[in-house]
Amino acid sequence: MSDSQRQSDTIDENERRHELGSYLWGYGLALALTLVPFALVAWSGWPRVTLLWAIGGFALVQVVVHFRFFLHISLARQKREDLHLILFSTLILVLMVGGTLWIIFNLYGRMVPELLP
Amino acid sequence: MTLNHFLDLALGRLDWHALPFWEMIEQPTLSHIVNGSIVTAAASLVVLGALATVVLITRFGKWRVLWSDWLTSVDHKRIGIMFIVVALVMLARAIIEAVFMRAQQAVGLDGGFLSAEHFGEFFTTHGTIMVFFMAMPFLTGVINYVMPLQIGARDLSFPVMNSVSLGLTAAGAALIMVSLVLTPFSTGGWSGYPPFTEASFNPGAGVDYWIWAVTLSSLGSTMTGINFAVTIYKERAPGMHLFRMPLFCWTALCTSILMIFAMPPLTVATAMLALDRYLDFHFFTQDLGGDMMNYVNLFWLFGHPEVYILILPAFGVFSEVFSTFSGKRLYGYKGLVIATMCIAVLSFTVWLHHFFTMGQSPSINAAFGIATMLIGVPTGVKIYDWMLTMYRGRVRLTIPMVYALGFLILFVLGGMTGILLANPSIDYQVHNTLFLVAHFHNMLVPGLLFGMLAGYQMWFPKAFGFRLETRWGYRAAYAWIAGFILAFFPLYALGLLGMPRRAVGFIEPAYLPWTIIAGIGALVVLFALFSLVMQFWLSLRHRHENRVPVGDPWDGRSLEWATPAPVPEYNFPVTPEVSSRDAFMREKDLGQAYQRPAEYRDITMPANSALGPILTVTGFLMAFGLVWYLWWLVLLAGVASVGALIARSFVRRTTKVISAEEVRETHEAWLRQVDETQAVKRDKEQDTSNRGRPAAPVSGAVQ
Amino acid sequence: MTATPSRHPGLNLGRAHQEAHDACEVLVFGFWVFMMSDLIIFGLLFANYVTQLDALAGGPGPGELFEMKSAFLETLLLLTSSFTYGLASYCLKYRHGRGWLTAWLGVTLLLGLAFIGFELHDFHKMAGEGGVPSRSGFLSAFFALVPLHGLHVASACLWMVVLMVQMCVHGLDTGVKTGLVRLGLLWHFLDIVWVGIFSLVYLGGLA
Repeated sequence: MSDSQRQSDTIDENERRHELGSYLWGYGLALALTLVPFALVAWSGWPRVTLLWAIGGFALVQVVVHFRFFLHISLARQKREDLHLILFSTLILVLMVGGTLWIIFNLYGRMVPELLP
Repeated sequence: MTLNHFLDLALGRLDWHALPFWEMIEQPTLSHIVNGSIVTAAASLVVLGALATVVLITRFGKWRVLWSDWLTSVDHKRIGIMFIVVALVMLARAIIEAVFMRAQQAVGLDGGFLSAEHFGEFFTTHGTIMVFFMAMPFLTGVINYVMPLQIGARDLSFPVMNSVSLGLTAAGAALIMVSLVLTPFSTGGWSGYPPFTEASFNPGAGVDYWIWAVTLSSLGSTMTGINFAVTIYKERAPGMHLFRMPLFCWTALCTSILMIFAMPPLTVATAMLALDRYLDFHFFTQDLGGDMMNYVNLFWLFGHPEVYILILPAFGVFSEVFSTFSGKRLYGYKGLVIATMCIAVLSFTVWLHHFFTMGQSPSINAAFGIATMLIGVPTGVKIYDWMLTMYRGRVRLTIPMVYALGFLILFVLGGMTGILLANPSIDYQVHNTLFLVAHFHNMLVPGLLFGMLAGYQMWFPKAFGFRLETRWGYRAAYAWIAGFILAFFPLYALGLLGMPRRAVGFIEPAYLPWTIIAGIGALVVLFALFSLVMQFWLSLRHRHENRVPVGDPWDGRSLEWATPAPVPEYNFPVTPEVSSRDAFMREKDLGQAYQRPAEYRDITMPANSALGPILTVTGFLMAFGLVWYLWWLVLLAGVASVGALIARSFVRRTTKVISAEEVRETHEAWLRQVDETQAVKRDKEQDTSNRGRPAAPVSGAVQ
Repeated sequence: MTATPSRHPGLNLGRAHQEAHDACEVLVFGFWVFMMSDLIIFGLLFANYVTQLDALAGGPGPGELFEMKSAFLETLLLLTSSFTYGLASYCLKYRHGRGWLTAWLGVTLLLGLAFIGFELHDFHKMAGEGGVPSRSGFLSAFFALVPLHGLHVASACLWMVVLMVQMCVHGLDTGVKTGLVRLGLLWHFLDIVWVGIFSLVYLGGLA
């Protein structure tokens, strides 16, 4: 076996261990980030608004965890088109969803206040 | 099971009333006879047209050619041409409908000859066709043909998906054509606002035709967008950096990004409307918590980016036209690129200006009004860049250039009225009037149709190997411009006088002179359409005199002109290496054009696939079944679609090889032809001496 | 010498699968673009759901219809399936037999089917309590969002079965490998959408 072959095997070995670790970490973190909000809703008795913020926060972190550990999206890869794509999609999503909620709830406020949360 | 039960199951809600002449037989009043005759004539035209096509193909024995060279072909060039054929057929229908509407309003004082129902179908099909089945396929076709050539690629990234996109669009177009034979079509306008389009007000098949035609088209467009964007990102020739791409490719990229993100809201809106109508959901109904404002919001989340999906490719075409026919580099390339991207992003921030009057607070209206006016800035940048491209150039007034100049002037006027409408307080005065109709036609006729027609005139010789005839070509171009002005400028006046849009008749005599002028304008537009047909027919007859086999009839600048006309299936014998913008012009300047490649290699191309035509048929049948409640058909066609997709995923031989020997022979023959061909000066380019090889311009000309 | 250059985000097949690895670059990018387009659909349905939260029209609301236990079980099933799919991708890349790969795919498929089963059971139960889409705007919005996700999971299961059959017919060739990479992206993506659903719809509704 040549030197370079051996060297590339070690790299592959590192990559292998890294990827397995990534899935394990991802699973563990996601599990924790799921259990906590469920537990909070079931037993904490916090006021509703606080609960909602907490659920939202945990969900956001969990989404990041999934992207990072399961989909292997990070800020330092060679191919950046995909990262740009995800960021651009997020921008469009924020514009569309944010705009929709802004417009529709404003309309409710002026016309059908009973539909306001 | 009795026979009646069986028929109910087999025919769904199809019955005699679907026939276009049934009503006038049952109730032969004058109005029913007039309207019934018009529909029946149109239906006969569809049926006879279809029959004639079948007979002609059989008579000339072209079924095999049609199947293996066209329908199952995944070559981006052939698919592009088929998209444009669909677009031109639908354009003809929609123009004829427009003439009927103008004629109705020209005699519409206290009545007219069309029934309100029929007039409603006219403006609904006209709008739906023009947006989804004329504009979208036309620009998709042009991008399909030109963009891969311009970036030095052999095909799109996903050639079979491209064929499926064409298939779904064609299925939608076929559905609209069938709605002439088995009536009615929707009367809800191209935007199909509920609650009018809900089952409680419109239980018939019309709205369902509209829903499924539009849904098929939007699915096809989403796939097209994905395909174009991935192609531009991943298939560019070596050295073709993003900032070396021709501007047309930039506009294609931005349009495809808009398709990817703007078609989903439409799909959501039409799917929800369908759920309301078919399964008694309550998204947009008036009772049980439904809210039609959600529909309006969703529809325009799609609708506004759609405007830029339509206009950006035309901007790209005009950029190529201005620089080619001014014999000059495009002025302000980077500025144009940035302006295009700004327009693409800003187009997602202005949708509310389509419903300023829905009742939201003035601050929201103001925010969206300002965002709308902002779009005028990058658009203005573009206008100046095009003018400066012409400045000190040697402008040749060819047919594409006539369209481009017409566009430049008319589009600025339309843009001005857009800035007026962007002001919510003015919008309150003229919303829902013909002022608005005049405005968006003023944007889309010059800003989309002129662009596509200019592109058609410019790239036709590339695709078919001969130039289009010029006399009828000029007539068509001038008739389009004159007809447009006559048909739509009076609508501004009518709008300011308060005439509502989509009105079948009116009682205000002051409208009459204007509606008559607009009617005359429509006839001029009809003449323009006729001129296009004449031009095509004469070009076909005189094709041998007008051949341009060398492939560069206009002294072009980008890579597509470096190939023979018509272009061989593999586009380039070897993948070109690009070292600058305007790649082909640079080669010509350095005397390095038409080089013999060092070696020829086998070329791997995607193999034909029947998936596209199969999904065309199953998609159409599924939609047709849904419209008429033929559930067995929906089920069968659905299973067949999924089955076809799965079967396709098992196919492993997806490519074919064109041997190096064959490539060498074709290419060497062409190179010999290049050597033998006399170069012509630019001012002789519309002459029969033009064989597609331009002479270098006089020294000192600005390049 | 560096590690295999990655062609796309997500698990890269790497040197040992050179042909499939190269083929993935365009396919995976295309698939990402498709998923982002799909994301817009889900985003809009989420927004629509939020605007319809109080459109109960006198019908049953989240408090009466949702059950934390089954939502929790579904979440665990889907999350675990996402993890087991990760292990399948891992075996695809590093183990050169088909045994482990098939085993993990099988586990993922079962978890996916169990998820769909639980979800259907939920819907059935909701319907029994008057929670049908024709009852109110709120329920319409719910039944547009959650079952659409379920439909995606079902389609992904079908795709997985098709890929397993392909593996029997063609062996573990480039077509199957690129298919498995893309299906993996879809599977993880659907789990991300579910994070939105259990947080906003179920926990938000029960909080």
